[in-house]
Amino acid sequence: MRLLTHNMLASNIKGVTNGFPLRIEPEKIIEKPVDFNPDFLKNMFSKIDWKALADASKIMGYAELPDEVPEQTVVESDEFLRKFHHALLEVHLEEGALVCPETGRRFPVNKGIPNMLLHEDEV
Amino acid sequence: MPPRIAQIRLVSSHPQVYAPCDDSFALVDALLADRTKLLDHHPSICMEIGSGSGYVITSLALILGSESKNAHYFATDLNPHATEVTRQTLEAHGVHAELLTTNIASGLEKRLSGMVDLMVINPPYVPTPEDEVGSSGLSSAWAGGENGRSVIDKILPVADNLLSEKGWLYMLFLADNDPLQICLQMRDKGFGAKIIVQRSTEEETLHVIKFWRDPDIQIEGNEAVSGGKTAPQRGFDFLRSQISRLSFRETRQ
Repeated sequence: MRLLTHNMLASNIKGVTNGFPLRIEPEKIIEKPVDFNPDFLKNMFSKIDWKALADASKIMGYAELPDEVPEQTVVESDEFLRKFHHALLEVHLEEGALVCPETGRRFPVNKGIPNMLLHEDEV
Repeated sequence: MPPRIAQIRLVSSHPQVYAPCDDSFALVDALLADRTKLLDHHPSICMEIGSGSGYVITSLALILGSESKNAHYFATDLNPHATEVTRQTLEAHGVHAELLTTNIASGLEKRLSGMVDLMVINPPYVPTPEDEVGSSGLSSAWAGGENGRSVIDKILPVADNLLSEKGWLYMLFLADNDPLQICLQMRDKGFGAKIIVQRSTEEETLHVIKFWRDPDIQIEGNEAVSGGKTAPQRGFDFLRSQISRLSFRETRQ
């Protein structure tokens, strides 16, 4: 699971109002190289929740992203885009869990695939 | 060189996962038929709901291929065996999609709302007793409840929520699902519709229909004010005639 996916996931349990972002409990982190594409990254930047990405990236062992939302001039820079690229697309949670921030319910991640299926009493 | 799609010998399998069949091939044929349009569309986020063996999402990633490096792929399935088999199929073809074991798109609906540029869906469309719908095993791939519409009718509003302004949806239906009624229902939500592939096998008549947000279509509640028929209205008349002709052919068989 890429951090882009983590950034798009929220707890889906019935009644939960603050289900984003899910807390990451990493057990195994891997890196997979992806072709660098500035246009895609600039497009995605506007859709990303920055704080969620920066925090998740840190938990995943990559602390190169600024805590504050970067200025537009910074976003255009190659140096920034390469870090953003790495955090967003190349760092994968292979094994571990995603935890609902409101209820503490754990969603397991196995072989890079989060399992968001709910029990009957959670739907 | 013809565009590459997933190769059957590289598609992974599992006893609890639906293997690629006529319906999967019809959906991929629709994507191939629209390949040039899809490349011009430059989808940023693509998604498949119910990826099963992974045949369709892998083919989509290969069809868009290196000419569309901008694309990021999501694939979901209710069946954990299916997401795992999809992962293996993608890997065997050297492409990547982000996978989620989830019901339709549960967990993504809030944050991914209005962001998906291209969606492909081969839903469980077979008419079955209602209590067979949504099991965790193989039958979840086809069991569609009354008229095969139970899951389809849950997916359509989710697709409407997730699709971006320029979003396209390619979805497969059986004649029994009443695709014309589905098109009219989607029209009320502002979607244009077009049949991309229609195919009759010995057992079933399949349609792959493309939906897109059409700004010329009046959303429900707004009465059309201009006189005469608008272009989308004519489009729907055409669609209606196509589908009724198909139904006619079916009844003769």
